[in-house]
Amino acid sequence: MKPATFDYVRAESIEHAVTHLAAAEGDGKILAGGQSLMPVLALRLAQPSILIDINRIPGLASISQAGTGDLRIGALTRHRFLAGQHTHPLLAEAARWIGHAAIRTRGTLGGSLAHADPAAELPVVAAATSAAVLVTGPAGQRRVAAADLFTGTLQTSLADDELIEAVDFPAPTRWGFAEFARRHGDFGLVTVATAEVGGRLQVAIGGVAGTPLRPAATEEILAAGPLSTSRIAAAAAAAAEEIQPAADIHATAGYRRQLTRVLLARALSQAARGQRDAG
Amino acid sequence: MQVNFSVNGRREHLDVEPRRTLADALRDDLGLTGTHLGCEHGVCGACTILLDGEPARACLMLAVQADGCSLTTVEGLAGDDGQLHPLQKAFSRCHGLQCGFCTPGFLISALHLLSENPSPSREEIRAELSGNICRCTGYAGIVDAVRSAASELAATAG
Repeated sequence: MKPATFDYVRAESIEHAVTHLAAAEGDGKILAGGQSLMPVLALRLAQPSILIDINRIPGLASISQAGTGDLRIGALTRHRFLAGQHTHPLLAEAARWIGHAAIRTRGTLGGSLAHADPAAELPVVAAATSAAVLVTGPAGQRRVAAADLFTGTLQTSLADDELIEAVDFPAPTRWGFAEFARRHGDFGLVTVATAEVGGRLQVAIGGVAGTPLRPAATEEILAAGPLSTSRIAAAAAAAAEEIQPAADIHATAGYRRQLTRVLLARALSQAARGQRDAG
Repeated sequence: MQVNFSVNGRREHLDVEPRRTLADALRDDLGLTGTHLGCEHGVCGACTILLDGEPARACLMLAVQADGCSLTTVEGLAGDDGQLHPLQKAFSRCHGLQCGFCTPGFLISALHLLSENPSPSREEIRAELSGNICRCTGYAGIVDAVRSAASELAATAG
């Protein structure tokens, strides 16, 4: 239960981190909050030859307005900070559901997205808001749409020599978030986020596939008219049919469908109430 | 690799392998065995310490990452004269422990909880301490203890 030996470097800048990551030729790992990586190392599920610690890179936890009006959030931003900020209420709500206080103290936005757990909250919000992830590697920086970042369970399109530097989150005009877990702090059995971005109500569902799922038919129902009680019920029912959830020790497929229906209805109702508050 | 941090107000200097977890450094290099290893993969909470005042799982940090930080472990709760902290007295009084293995993590987590929420409800205590697992007590005595300590701390503060 102790990690295997590894080299360790404390990166002083993103460039410094990328240089070491590239030099490791696929055998290096970025260490940010460590809340997902350290258990992997302790259980020896991976044995990288070098850890590149990015926790001391200045400016990597900053939050600013991107030129597009989106909120640019640095990769090292801790969940605890996201949970306490008021600039992006959907992110704050989602971050409050992440694990426990100790996990939120250290865990980071970039780490959560790079780890890509199918039941994690922040990937679901990234998908629902069509966030753009700023990925930096030896060739420079590229923008990756959230939909293109997550490729499978615990898999992303990040190359071995790339790391997440920041994420641009659009600020939704209306939003909703709902999650169900049996115990407080567990990963959600199903997690739902809805966000109105660019005038369109988008939905992302976590825990029902290897990556956050955007239910296209459900979104078509939502786009077809105002967010009435009946439309909410129709969308929720459609989402339950549109997903192909797995059965596992935590829940049957049918239970996940039921959770999806109930949680999406809750999230959409929350979004509908928000509009009335704002108007 | 060299690392400097303070623990319970006392400056410490260590030279450790990078892979040395903070939990192991506290226990084996500093002799502070109050921080317990229940799972060593971040799920049980027995290794919870305060890192610059915020709770953190010491088994999920490398010792070298604590450079320049100020740590509080369970050994830091009692006064210099050995006088137990109100939380410790409450846990004893309210049967909040049996074997005691999870207790350091609960004490640190509860300490932090009460610093942010001086008068938590039983539901709030259960929610905020859900990251700490106890095999013995069934948690009711732990919740009683935190409520009791909260009252006592409020009484002495007010």
